Amino acid sequence: MAKQHEQRRRERLDRGIKVRSDGVYAVGSWREMMFLLGPRLLLIVGLLAMPLILGGVPYWQKVLTIICIYALLAIGFDFLAHYVGLVSLGGALYIGVGAYVSALLNTEFGLPIWVTIPAATVLGGALCTLLLWPCLPLRGVYFAIVSLMFPLLAARVIEALDVFGGTDGVMGLDGFPNKWVEMYVVIICMLLALFALRRLVNADMGLVFRGVKDNDQAVKASGINITYYKAIGVFIAASLGCLGGAVLAHIYMWAGISQFALDFSIIPIAATVVGGGGTLAGPVIGCLILVPVSELLRDFGTLRIAVYALILMAFIVFKSEGLMSYGSRKYNQFEHWVEI
Amino acid sequence: MDIIIYGIINSATLALMALGFTLVYGVSRLPNFAHGALYVLAGYICWILLHKLGLPYVLAIALSLAFLAVVGGAMYSFILVRIRGMSISEIIASYAIGLAILEGLRWGGLKGGTFTLDSFVEGSVDIFGVTVDYQRLLVVGLGAVLVGLLYFFVNRTRLGLALKGMAQDERAALTLGIDSDRMAIASMALGSLSAAVAAIILLPLGSIVVEAGYHVLIMAVAVCIVGGLGSWTGAILAAFVIGFAQILTTVYLGAHFSVVVALVAIILTLIIKPSGLFGKQKELEERV
Repeated sequence: MAKQHEQRRRERLDRGIKVRSDGVYAVGSWREMMFLLGPRLLLIVGLLAMPLILGGVPYWQKVLTIICIYALLAIGFDFLAHYVGLVSLGGALYIGVGAYVSALLNTEFGLPIWVTIPAATVLGGALCTLLLWPCLPLRGVYFAIVSLMFPLLAARVIEALDVFGGTDGVMGLDGFPNKWVEMYVVIICMLLALFALRRLVNADMGLVFRGVKDNDQAVKASGINITYYKAIGVFIAASLGCLGGAVLAHIYMWAGISQFALDFSIIPIAATVVGGGGTLAGPVIGCLILVPVSELLRDFGTLRIAVYALILMAFIVFKSEGLMSYGSRKYNQFEHWVEI
Repeated sequence: MDIIIYGIINSATLALMALGFTLVYGVSRLPNFAHGALYVLAGYICWILLHKLGLPYVLAIALSLAFLAVVGGAMYSFILVRIRGMSISEIIASYAIGLAILEGLRWGGLKGGTFTLDSFVEGSVDIFGVTVDYQRLLVVGLGAVLVGLLYFFVNRTRLGLALKGMAQDERAALTLGIDSDRMAIASMALGSLSAAVAAIILLPLGSIVVEAGYHVLIMAVAVCIVGGLGSWTGAILAAFVIGFAQILTTVYLGAHFSVVVALVAIILTLIIKPSGLFGKQKELEERV
């Protein structure tokens, strides 16, 4: 009898509102609208209000800016890995290229900050795409390995040729007019990128991207140039990274080799794995968790990298769905025990 | 003459660094991105046994080799076994393990020139007018011996043949009763072991630093990719190609560029012939 009692399993049922809202006609009351809008508004309003909440502590306001820059990179990584099927381990390349492009435009050509950042976004994205273009026919492990090499290569080349200020970097960039502009520019860019990418992956082009990821041979057989689509995907991800890099360079008023550093490659990946791959909002949540952790660990120096390497490993091995998928399942479904 | 002799030494060094990586990849299709970290770990363990516990050199070496083999086996059986077959997860997880080891060691105070292993033999000899110290000759000699031993192991022993069968056709090997996971553990243990052997032979030439981990990883990956992932002949040939290319660039362009050579070699190979010099994968499997 007791034995029989143990034979239960957990059954999951979608909430009624979830079932109906998958169609278009669904929403009938404010309650239900809030159920659907709630999590989205929480993220948007929360992020927009965060600078005001943190008003008294300039240090954590700075951290918030850094979080958003990492989030830009992480969204790009997630998009590239889970919608286009290219795993790029070298996020630092995008940051570095963006930083250097905006730094050079600013110091050499004297362009104002409101020109250099958009210019660095587009030019940097194009430059990264051009660099990665020969590798685009590769996929899987091969693309991962090559993209891992690019930031290392870039740093070594700058060091060896002693161009762009060599190991000292480019100094004397213009800063932002004030810290509020600085914060809101990054936060709004990040939210816009999130919104735009969510729209994109559900549009026709997103369908092609997912086709490239799932079965590139089939897409190729339909007469679609997959290298071209992969290039577009890389351009989008690289532009996001370059935007982050340009902003970072203007915040520090300096661009240097350390912007090709390991942190920029490893944290976005860790954030994506922690937050949940393929959800786009997940990486942002991952960054909101991991970057403050890394700030708290700043005193321990390189232990930081060891810690998020461990977090990354633990999540990828034991909880590979990530927090976002887990959370949305809990939010959208009832769970209860049923007897078998 | 300088170029030839130092080219050979450099090539032997690279071959030693890459052997473990290509062994693991060849058998279990597992890109072990923690290879460099295992290399540094081996050197550090040996240093601790030698200088903190005061063990004799031979015993310290034997113990650290055994320890690394255990670490390699454990890495597979506790962590990597859970994500077997998902190549991206394998890369990210093994890279994360490597990072955790290396940065953990760096946090533990492993930096600077204080950590050195003694060379096995002191002194130097003149070969065709070029002065070469004995340790570097030993690198070449032991490298050749190690390659020979591994060749013998793979082609003549039961375990080696099983590993080879696994590498050639996993499903057929499974039907013949070869346990996939046990073979993978064995290959990881052997791979870590050869990383440790490389570390103990090569580290007396310099001091133990964390950066060596990243360097070894890059070099191992470069050699394996240029040679064709999983191919032994290719790996050794590629070690010679890259080794000589590095010496030539160092002589004619400057020392800064020697790392760039490896990276350029990887990128060129992947663009021109992704299967490498001796790769056996079909073209369609690796690129579209």
